[in-house]
Amino acid sequence: MSGQTSPILRIAQIVFGVAVVFFLLAPIVAILPLAFNSSVFLNYPIESFSSRWFGELQSNDMWRRSIVNSLIIGSGATIVATVLGTLAALGLRSSQLPFASAIRTTFLMPMVVPAVVLGVGMQMLYGRLGLANSYLGVVVAHAVLCIPFVLVSVSGSLNAMDPWLERAASSLGASPTRVFRRITMPIIMPGILTGAVFAFATSLDEVVLTLFVAGPNQRTLARQMFASIRENISPAVAAAAFLMIVGTLCIAGLVGFLRWRSQKALKPA
Amino acid sequence: MRVPLVPPPASAVGRVNACCEGPLSAFINLERISKSFGTFKVVDDLDLEIAKGEFLSLLGPSGSGKTTILMMLAGFVEPSSGAITLEGKRIDHLPAHRRNMGVVFQNYALFPHMTVAENVAFPLVMRGVSKTEAAERVARAIDMVQLTHIKDRKPAQLSGGQQQRVALTRALVFEPNVVLMDEPLGALDKQLREHMQLELRELHRRLGLTIVFVTHDQGEALTMSNRIAVFNAGQIEQLASPEAIYDHPETRFVAEFIGETNMFAGKVEARDGARTKIRLDAGPMVEAYLTTEFASGAAALVSVRPERVGLSETSNAANAMPVKVLDTVYQGDHMRVRLAGSGVEMVAKVDRKTRAWAVGAEAFATFNPDECTVIAP
Ligand SMILES: Nc1ncnc2c1ncn2[C@@H]1O[C@H](COP(=O)(O)OP(=O)(O)OP(=O)(O)O)[C@@H](O)[C@H]1O
Ligand SMILES: [Mg+2]
Repeated sequence: MSGQTSPILRIAQIVFGVAVVFFLLAPIVAILPLAFNSSVFLNYPIESFSSRWFGELQSNDMWRRSIVNSLIIGSGATIVATVLGTLAALGLRSSQLPFASAIRTTFLMPMVVPAVVLGVGMQMLYGRLGLANSYLGVVVAHAVLCIPFVLVSVSGSLNAMDPWLERAASSLGASPTRVFRRITMPIIMPGILTGAVFAFATSLDEVVLTLFVAGPNQRTLARQMFASIRENISPAVAAAAFLMIVGTLCIAGLVGFLRWRSQKALKPA
Repeated sequence: MRVPLVPPPASAVGRVNACCEGPLSAFINLERISKSFGTFKVVDDLDLEIAKGEFLSLLGPSGSGKTTILMMLAGFVEPSSGAITLEGKRIDHLPAHRRNMGVVFQNYALFPHMTVAENVAFPLVMRGVSKTEAAERVARAIDMVQLTHIKDRKPAQLSGGQQQRVALTRALVFEPNVVLMDEPLGALDKQLREHMQLELRELHRRLGLTIVFVTHDQGEALTMSNRIAVFNAGQIEQLASPEAIYDHPETRFVAEFIGETNMFAGKVEARDGARTKIRLDAGPMVEAYLTTEFASGAAALVSVRPERVGLSETSNAANAMPVKVLDTVYQGDHMRVRLAGSGVEMVAKVDRKTRAWAVGAEAFATFNPDECTVIAP
C-alpha cells in the first residue's frame, strides 16, 4: 500500500473491512451456539447447553434420511460433474474445435441462469423422461449446476500447464491415453480436486432445483432445513447447520491437504 | 545476432564429420514436403535427405520454417503434401508415439512431477522394458552425463544446464532412430552453451547418433555440424558442409547470413576456364575462380570474407584495389579496418602484428582469386 494514505481514509478502510467480515461471519456465528441450546425454541438467550438436537437429527426419521440423501446426492453429483467437467475442459482446450467458445459458454450457463428457470425446465423435462422424483434425476440436476465449477477450475490448471509436456511424452512413446494418465492428469490434479470440492459444496447447499425435481424420498438436508424453518422452527435446524459447516470445513481441509501434496510433487521441497 | 566468426579450420581432421565422407545413404528422406497454415506457405516443396549418423543443422532466420520441419519429422505437424520415409518406409502418417524419435525441446519439457530418474525411465516404461533392465539402463545413462548425484531431484531443483542434460538423456536412453533438437542450447548462457556444444559433439561421435539440430546461431551450426541446411522462407538455400557453406556460399542470402562478407556487383567479362575476370559496376576489374557456371556478360556478385582481405603497400597481387583507410577498430585478436576506394567500400580483418594502419592512409586491398566466391545476384 502506498504510504501516502490519509489517516481518515485509512480508518475508513479498516472500518469497511471489518464491517464486511462481520456481515459475512455474523449469521454463521449467530446460528451455531443455538445448536447446543436445550430450549425448544430457536431463540436467544441460551438457558442451558445440551446436545439433544443432535440426538434429534439422529433419531428423527426425516432428518436422518435427509442427511443420508445429501451425502448420496452430493457424492453422485460430484462424481458426475467432476468427470464431465474435466472431460469438457480437456475437449475445449483445443482451439481447432469449432464453436469452442460457444460450447464453453453453454457449459457455464447454469452459473448465471436463475435456478428457478432451470428448475421449471427440468421439472417439465423430467416428467417426460420419467426422471421426476428419482435419485438419478436429482443427481443429474445437481451435476448440471456443478459442472461449471469443475470446468473453470480444470481449465485454469490446463492453461497453466506447459503444452510441450504432452508432446514430449508422446515423442517418448506414450499413446494418447497414457499421456493423459501419466502426464496430464497428475499435473492438473489440483484443479480437479478444487473443482470437486466446489461441486460437493454446491450440491450440499442447493435448494431451488431440489424443490422442483426431488420427491419426498430425495429430500436433502438443505431442503429439509428449508422446510423445517417454515413448518416448525426447532433448534434442530441449527444443529443441522452446524453439521453442514463442520462437514464442509472437513472436506475443504482434506482437499486443501491433497492439493498441497500434489502441488508439492510439482515443486521443489 | 551476428557474432564475428573465426573461419572453420580447413582440415577435417578430428572433426565430427568423419562419418560423412563418401556418398550419403538416405536414412530419412523428405520428399517434396509442403506445409501451409491457412494460405500461408511455411515450407515449400522441400527435398531433404538425412544420412545415418550425421549431424545435420537446420539454420535460418526466425520464421523460416525450421521448427515446422522438425515437428513434421517428429509427428506433431502433418505435412500438407509430400512424403517422409525412414529407411524406405513411409512414416508421415504414423502418430508421434510410434516414430521412435528422440526430441529435445527448447524449454526441455521435463515432467515436473517426476524425478530425474523417473523422467529418464519414462520412455523405457512406455516401451514395456522390464523394471530391472530399465533401472539399469537409466543408471547407466544418467551416469554417462554425470547426473547420478541428482537423480532423485525434481526438475525444478535443477540448473538450466542440468535440465538440458536430463532432457538429452531422456531423448537418448531408448536408442531412437534419430534425435531431433529444437534450439536446445538457446536458453543457456554463453559459457555453458559452448560447453554443451562440445559435450553434444562428443556424444554424437561416441554413440554414432543421427542428429537433426535446429538453430539460428550460425556459430553453433558451424562448430557442430557435418552438414548445414541454410533455410530461407521455407526453402533450402544451400545444403553443404560447414566449410563449403562458409567458404563457398552459393547464394547471396547464404553469403550474407553466415558470417560477414564484402559483396561487389559486377559482370562476368573474360573467361579462361574456371578463372574469370569480372568487371565491377564501380569500375575495377576483379579476378576470381568460378565454382558454378556463368555465361560471359552475365551479372554476378563477388563475395569476399573480411579475413581474406589483406592490406598492402604494393599492388603486386592478382586483385589489388587502391583504397583509403576510413577507420580502424581494435578487436583483441585482430584489427577491423574499414576501407573505401575505387568506388567500393569494404571491411578487412587484419592481423595486429602487421603494420598499424593510420586512418587516412593509402593502401591496396588484396585478395586471392580462389578465396572469393562468385554468386548469381
Ligand atoms: N500452428 C501454426 N499456425 C499458423 N502459423 C504457424 C503455425 N506454426 C508456425 N506458423 C508460422 O510458420 C512460420 C514458420 O514457423 P517456424 O516456427 O517453423 O519458424 P522457425 O524457423 O522455427 O523460427 P524461429 O527461429 O523463430 O523458431 C512462422 O511464420 C509462423 O508464424
Ligand atoms: Mg523455431
